[in-house]
Amino acid sequence: MPQVFHRSSNTLARLSIVTGAALLVSSVLIGSNLSRSPYVTQVGAPVDQPVPFSHKHHVKELGIDCRYCHSTVETSAVASVPPTHTCMSCHSQVWTNSPLLEPVRQSYLNGTPIQWNKVYDLPDFVYFNHSIHVQKGIGCNTCHGPIHEMNITYKAQPLSMSWCLDCHRQPEKYIRPKEEVFNYNYQPPANQMELGKKLVQEYHVKKEQLTNCSICHR
Amino acid sequence: MKQTRRRLLALIIATAAVMSLAGCHTDMWHQPKLKAQSANNFFADGKTDRPLVTNSVPVGYLRDNEAFYTGKVANKPVAQLPVPLTRELLQRGQERYNVFCSPCHGKVGDGQGMIAQRGLALRRPPATFHTDRLRGMPVGYFYDVITNGFGVMYSYASRIPPEDRWAIAAYVRVLQLSQYAKTNELTPEDLRKLQESTTNTESKP
Repeated sequence: MPQVFHRSSNTLARLSIVTGAALLVSSVLIGSNLSRSPYVTQVGAPVDQPVPFSHKHHVKELGIDCRYCHSTVETSAVASVPPTHTCMSCHSQVWTNSPLLEPVRQSYLNGTPIQWNKVYDLPDFVYFNHSIHVQKGIGCNTCHGPIHEMNITYKAQPLSMSWCLDCHRQPEKYIRPKEEVFNYNYQPPANQMELGKKLVQEYHVKKEQLTNCSICHR
Repeated sequence: MKQTRRRLLALIIATAAVMSLAGCHTDMWHQPKLKAQSANNFFADGKTDRPLVTNSVPVGYLRDNEAFYTGKVANKPVAQLPVPLTRELLQRGQERYNVFCSPCHGKVGDGQGMIAQRGLALRRPPATFHTDRLRGMPVGYFYDVITNGFGVMYSYASRIPPEDRWAIAAYVRVLQLSQYAKTNELTPEDLRKLQESTTNTESKP
């Protein structure tokens, strides 16, 4: 009986095994890296808004405190996107003819809210609360990045569960004195871990609770 | 026998494929529930957040203390602070003042805040607190202005709760005092600081 396969088939067979394995491994690697990449997480991608609001101008150049607009951030789960009334408390007097602000004026006249596009959109099964973070010494910049440098607001952090857990496992890495929470110029000191451990104790941050599933998922 | 085993294998692979595909769904990411500040086409104004029903009072929000909640008694601004005057109150007032008032009125209350400086077209510049008229106003007047606005100033009632309005009103008094403090009333340390700053910069009298 003649041979069905040529001798070269041996090499082909071995090669296909190796290629198959490589494909499998690389697809897993590509998949896991892609899902962490800014392409998927949208980190650093400015989000279009009905009004091109600049945090840089309002926060850094004019020196307006975060809480002037996000006035519920210390007491409520949501920091609150300000109502048009807040915009108009200055813009009824300042830049009153600017065409960029036309949607703001229209909103104020009609009583219909401006539909801002969400930048930090958590899944609905995550229950995030701003007030507890702010009250326990987590600064705005820790999650919102250099917001005082953003002309159009973008996401500065991936908001992945591993990102949340990084801090929930070791809050001492990021915690800062309460009076520095709204200070966007704050730089963590060289002895952050030392200071952090002290603050975690002082502010009664119960570390062992922070990794409970139900702290975030209810 | 061989065939059943093969069928079983195919079934397992198919189940695994379907399950992993099902993992791609996002209906738990976007649940059909109402979240704060979300859009809602059920109501005419498009908002999920509902305003209070007219003439209703939420539990715990009965405002029966007229002086405390309106700053007035019999339509006259109260002259007496309706809360205890403490160091903490003034510090709270300073913090809240710097957040909500200083953009227009300036950190020393001279009406030279950043918005006042920027708003070249301001029809009516923000007030300085250091005029005789405002120095003579009872403390309840400042509470009333924060609550209801004044002139082109909008109401800040939605952003500043009553307790903080009184803290700010008390702090306005601190600012007023600061611009008219007499040198012989200063502590030696403050006096030294003042002398240093006046010799370093030839500041205004």
